Amino acid sequence: MERISRQKALDLFKNADLLDLGDYVDRMRKSLHPEGMVTFVVDRNINYTNVCINQCRFCAFYRSAESPEAYILSEGELFKKIEETIELGGTQILIQGGLHPDLGLDYYTSLLKSIKSRFEINVHGFSPPEVCYLAKKHNLTINDTIRTLKDAGLDSIPGGGAEILSDRIREVLSPKKIKSGDWLRVMEEAHGLGMRTTATMMFGSIETPEDIIEHLDAIRSLQDRTGGFTAFIPWSFQPGNTDLNKDTGSHTATAVDYLRVLSISRMYLDNVKNVQASWVTQGLKLAQVALRFGANDFGSTMIEENVVRAAGVSYRVSKEDIINAIKATGFIAAQRDTYYNLIKIF
Amino acid sequence: MQSDILSRIESGIRLSFHDTLELFRSDDIFEIGRLASKIAQLKNGSNAYFIVNRHINPTNICVNRCKFCAFSRSKGEVGSFELTIDQILERLSSSGGFSEVHIVGGLHPDWPFEHYVAMISAIRQKFPTINIKAFTAVEIDYFSRISGLGLEQVLNKLKDSGLQIMPGGGAEIFAEGIRNELCPEKISGERWREVMEVAHRVGIKTNATMLYGHLETLEDRIDHLLKLRELQDRTGGFQAFIPLAYHPKNTEIGGFYSSGLDDLKTIAISRLVLDNFDHIKAYWIMLGEKVSQTALLFGADDLDGTIIEEKITHMAGAMTGEGMTRDDLIYLIKKAGKTPVERDGLYNKIWKE
Repeated sequence: MERISRQKALDLFKNADLLDLGDYVDRMRKSLHPEGMVTFVVDRNINYTNVCINQCRFCAFYRSAESPEAYILSEGELFKKIEETIELGGTQILIQGGLHPDLGLDYYTSLLKSIKSRFEINVHGFSPPEVCYLAKKHNLTINDTIRTLKDAGLDSIPGGGAEILSDRIREVLSPKKIKSGDWLRVMEEAHGLGMRTTATMMFGSIETPEDIIEHLDAIRSLQDRTGGFTAFIPWSFQPGNTDLNKDTGSHTATAVDYLRVLSISRMYLDNVKNVQASWVTQGLKLAQVALRFGANDFGSTMIEENVVRAAGVSYRVSKEDIINAIKATGFIAAQRDTYYNLIKIF
Repeated sequence: MQSDILSRIESGIRLSFHDTLELFRSDDIFEIGRLASKIAQLKNGSNAYFIVNRHINPTNICVNRCKFCAFSRSKGEVGSFELTIDQILERLSSSGGFSEVHIVGGLHPDWPFEHYVAMISAIRQKFPTINIKAFTAVEIDYFSRISGLGLEQVLNKLKDSGLQIMPGGGAEIFAEGIRNELCPEKISGERWREVMEVAHRVGIKTNATMLYGHLETLEDRIDHLLKLRELQDRTGGFQAFIPLAYHPKNTEIGGFYSSGLDDLKTIAISRLVLDNFDHIKAYWIMLGEKVSQTALLFGADDLDGTIIEEKITHMAGAMTGEGMTRDDLIYLIKKAGKTPVERDGLYNKIWKE
């Protein structure tokens, strides 16, 4: 298949019939994943703190350090969550938090070491804003920061914090958060150190179609250089309980918008093997539909999820529900690890 | 999928049982969706309809107790309720601006037919201009039995008191074997169609539904669709067809939710088979607002309404809210690239931008 240009992608994204787009990327998905399998990972999202100095306007999860709801998880609580995850067949924890003003690199390295000394589990943690925050705080290079975390036990880095990789939009959504170039730099350095990461995109707020294509182009270009992204995960802004909601109203990306973004993502990112359906933001039924609009992976079972829930969206789903949902669409359901190695076929 | 099916649809030749089975078995949801969309476009242009309506369930006490239902209770059971006519009027008065009231309830063991007539009369008196859509074929059959009156008399009395439209519920799936498993005490598919035929004859417009995603086979679904098409050929009294996705929670038969892909395919195939129905409704309460919106690209042209206080699907684990605002519906329709049209219960245009 010929690589799609920015201009062509923009034109298709704006004007193409959604069913034609779906038809095209469904064939593309089939040729990338001819085995007819839809994978998922069993993991838990653990948020070690909700205190965050970034205070992004699309977020309903953060608290200030003084808030009565502010917390930092104790090691005991953390270990218990990991034990439960392993008991449920989990192979990965996604560990992310706010940027807490009192937590330094020591906290992170001892946390990682204490996890790794007790558990055999993949630690997928600390998205680029956290990495950059630590680098700045300790006056280290990004490379040194990642290396330190990696040496302490960090396995892979989640693609969060990408939001929309357009500084014009970031200035409005998350003025205190790292810029696009920083996010990309963290990923490039991590890939250079042999770590795999994912990439995300949060759409449906104030971005234009041009911004979405700019985002996809940034991911594709970096992937051309490093090949380190395992998957791309688009999801839609959830406006409940957020500051941004005051500007955008309660309306966000609809199902049709989601399928359109998903399709163009699959089409544009010809060098990223996996595209995830986001049942957390779209619900199981639309996630099933997404499997014919470019997605080949159901993401995580998310034994625990806090951030989207804080925005008032809660689709409670068990591993069985996910397996049944995949099978009902005619695909084979399979559990995978962080690196998309198959663990079990259901 | 054989390409001659596609060309036959395009040249207006009716789908046979076997054609429809081939469509259901086909994996090509895109081609099916595009075709259905084309037919919807021919029938309704780019219009997608919605209504500002509200639901009232006078009682959940029901002598039928169908196995897929999480709403019904026996008399005296915890959670059973019955509303007086005054309470119904009060509820309706508390929310203004709706153009249609939708009334369905259980088959109450004690209420006489006169009670239902009085209910409709009272609503008509207090709200002279709204559309009253009330009582499924199952309830009408029950009224006939408890009153000893024929269907035509029952329907005429209700019509004279103000009933204009009947909802399409209670059709479930016509195929006898499955129907007996699902709802052994409910009227047969044949009787359901008989009630509808009489209703159409006395001048009451109705909808038609199909409950799918439980125990039925594809053949059962097709049988259901073809029987509706045949009846519509004779009467022309159906306004909309509404495929209803089964909800498994809190029901006796359990099982799973239908897949979003099955929902879209069922909508699209319904659009293609039911060439004599003006409207295919993607009922958001049952499908979720996301699949319903997507269904507008798969042949549906109606999302139903604001509803307010939906109970029956929610007791079986609906993952939607109990109501939507008018703005929400307009937004969903526009974002699907369609033209929102607010309608009344008889598909008269109330508002179009």
